[in-house]
Amino acid sequence: MVTEVMREAAAPATSPDTTCAHCGLPVPAGLRDDSVVDQFCCSGCRTAYAILNEHGLGKYYSFPERREAPVASSGRSFEEFDHPAFAERYVREVRGGRSRIELYLEGVHCASCVWLVERVPLVITGVVRVELDVRRSLAVVEWNAADVPLSAIARGLDQLGYTPHPFRGVERDTMRRREDRAMLVRIGVAGAIAINVMLAALALYAGDANGMDPAFARFFRWVSFVLVIPAFVWPGRIFFIGALAALRTRSLHMDLPIAIALAAGFVSGAVNTIRDAGPVYFDGLSVLILLLLAGRFLQQRAQRMATDSAELRHAVAPLSARVVDGPVTRALPVEALVPGMVLDVRAGESFGADGVVGSGQSSVNVALLTGESRPVAIAEGASVFAGTLNVQAPVRVRVEECGESIRIARLLRAVEDSARRRAPVVLLADRMAGLFVAAVLVAAALTFVIKWRIAPAHALDDAIALLIVTCPCALALATPLAMTVAMGRAAGRGMLIKGGDALELLSSPGTLVLDKTGTITEGVTAVVSCEGPEWLRPMVLALEEGSSHPIADGFRRAWPGVQAMTASSVRHVSGAGIEGAVGGRRVRVGSPRFVAEWATRVSADARAAMHMNPTMTSVHIAVDGEVVAVAAIGDRIRDDARQSLDHLRSQGWRTVMLSGDAQDVVSAVAITLGFAPSDAVGGASPEEKLAFVERLKARRERVVMVGDGVNDAAAIAASHVGIGVHGGAEACLATADIYLTRPGLSPLVELTEGSRRTMRVIRRNIAFSLGYNVIGATLAVAGLLTPLVAAVLMPASSVTVVLASWLGGTFSRSRTA
Amino acid sequence: MSVIYLVLPLALVIVGAAVAAFIWSARSGQFDDLDTPAVRVVHDDKD
Repeated sequence: MVTEVMREAAAPATSPDTTCAHCGLPVPAGLRDDSVVDQFCCSGCRTAYAILNEHGLGKYYSFPERREAPVASSGRSFEEFDHPAFAERYVREVRGGRSRIELYLEGVHCASCVWLVERVPLVITGVVRVELDVRRSLAVVEWNAADVPLSAIARGLDQLGYTPHPFRGVERDTMRRREDRAMLVRIGVAGAIAINVMLAALALYAGDANGMDPAFARFFRWVSFVLVIPAFVWPGRIFFIGALAALRTRSLHMDLPIAIALAAGFVSGAVNTIRDAGPVYFDGLSVLILLLLAGRFLQQRAQRMATDSAELRHAVAPLSARVVDGPVTRALPVEALVPGMVLDVRAGESFGADGVVGSGQSSVNVALLTGESRPVAIAEGASVFAGTLNVQAPVRVRVEECGESIRIARLLRAVEDSARRRAPVVLLADRMAGLFVAAVLVAAALTFVIKWRIAPAHALDDAIALLIVTCPCALALATPLAMTVAMGRAAGRGMLIKGGDALELLSSPGTLVLDKTGTITEGVTAVVSCEGPEWLRPMVLALEEGSSHPIADGFRRAWPGVQAMTASSVRHVSGAGIEGAVGGRRVRVGSPRFVAEWATRVSADARAAMHMNPTMTSVHIAVDGEVVAVAAIGDRIRDDARQSLDHLRSQGWRTVMLSGDAQDVVSAVAITLGFAPSDAVGGASPEEKLAFVERLKARRERVVMVGDGVNDAAAIAASHVGIGVHGGAEACLATADIYLTRPGLSPLVELTEGSRRTMRVIRRNIAFSLGYNVIGATLAVAGLLTPLVAAVLMPASSVTVVLASWLGGTFSRSRTA
Repeated sequence: MSVIYLVLPLALVIVGAAVAAFIWSARSGQFDDLDTPAVRVVHDDKD
């Protein structure tokens, strides 16, 4: 469906001669060259086309479905891929002296990508095998290290448009794969046994109805008994292990009642088989094991889907730094840095280690660490921290701390600690399980005692029948299934939920603590308003062209359609502004003081706009000595913030803004968004944020923390439910229970409402399964429960719950799926 | 009817073989990636 749309958009059938020979997108007029047959939309596509044709891979162009995007190669040298420290961490040796690595590839879309990527061995000699997992964009590459360096392979993939990144989760991935395979084997074995035991049971029921030779009946009972033994000792064992663990830790777990029922059923069935009288429940038990395993598998997969997508996303984070080594600079993986090295950090790059600025002046965005939205100026001698972003100009940094001792790593350890301290949440179903076990055991004991007085012959049989029929199969499925369905649908709507407990906690109102920068606001410098004539815009853009300063970026984003003029004799003044000549006039853009040095007159419009919001940075624009426009630069509040917050408040949530930004900025935003003055806290360090959340928790409030940065990570881990927002930092995503892939605050509203609906479905499921159990228990106590009734009643309750979970409205279905 | 004493164990042996085949295929990773083989076969060529 998606590819259909792409093809339509990318196929301008009216002018086929102007589409790119590689990607099929229209060729810009400036790049058209009528003297040759093949046209290209960019140099990346030209290179990729040449490589494919040179190696006889032209067949690629005959596929109806291709990647229809320009080849955006990063053009990096990837030299850090050859460093021993990199190899030690990511490369493994396999048989025959080959090396093997798993790479995450950007830009993998469809079948033709699989074809192309897996033919890389034809393009690069020395590469033995490439295998691509298209859903996860993970490629396994095997090569002979003696013939070709890894950096050359990386460059080759990059030139084809698949920029590679080392995949960090290899170990966890192998572990999970082993778990998945084991679970699949268990389900397969349980399924095969269940089907065959049911066949034997069918023969027994038919024999009951029509009369069967007792010898055959005995044979079928023995067959089902022998068959069911492996189902208990192999796939079914995990329930007994779980129950034992629950007993040992004295906690409530659904495995406990399940294990009791399974054990009661098995023992009484075995005794009845041997003494050749009384009911056997082997068919019901084997189906039960299968259903429970399948439910557990589905739940596990849904939870992983959420963690995986967040993990893959942050596998893209930069991992290398450029080290100055005499006259040259070399790229090294950050693991290989040692104190004393000098790093070259360009504008727009993040620092790879903690250090001190050796030379150069710039400004740094430290929002990741402190939440401060305004860039901080740095000069020689200033400290900079790993992970923060160099905004303005290139600097040289002398490494002081690296590896585990950098500030961000210390912060991450605090995050891990508080995540470990988090009290386990007892789920509704598990709370029910405790009551349930007690009630069933009491009922069974009462049945035995009372029946013993009335009809001693049936006392034991009826008590055991009660234990078996009340096996909480449906109850055990009720919560996980409803949550799995809800989590799957939420993922389709851009909300990745890592654990079901988050849904339960979000279903009733509590205290919602929100970070400001990047959560309530967009987290980037933007032109919020610009009062002045429109003819200025091409002139301002002309001056700012080529500048990577955040304000220049802000202007470019604010006026996307405006064509820049050309500027000459442009002069940057660090920390002040920029000036130059555009269209024969002198133009100055910058701080009020910088512009006032030169422009003495002020236009009426500009004067009116000068008194503005104190949270914004003013930028004045002057032409030929007169200030003609005033722009307000700042961090824009998200469009949906007010509406979403009001909605949450109307549901009973208390909203608190907790920011590392200055108190005056926080208070101003609080007024705009309707926060109570006491609920707008500024200047909070990461440690203070953590303490704030702990204080709320100490007052037994339910705390939901929403944030995006490393500075929020510890607080997110400590809160009851941590939510990481779109574009957040790695640490924050790793600890958050929920990660939003959609920008804005409206997903929060959807989350709380979806959780409420999910809990309603779960309660309904529990009511269903308890209803079935009451009926079953009544029949058992009355001595009316035949094995046939049990065999029908038990799966029927599970199927009801499955259907109710699937059909129950939780999150609205995804629009894209 | 007593043929059942022969046929049923025989059937179980066949089931056992099928289960063994399934276990082998799961353990050798044939169910790890269910998406890529489907698209790989679309453009498969003999090289």
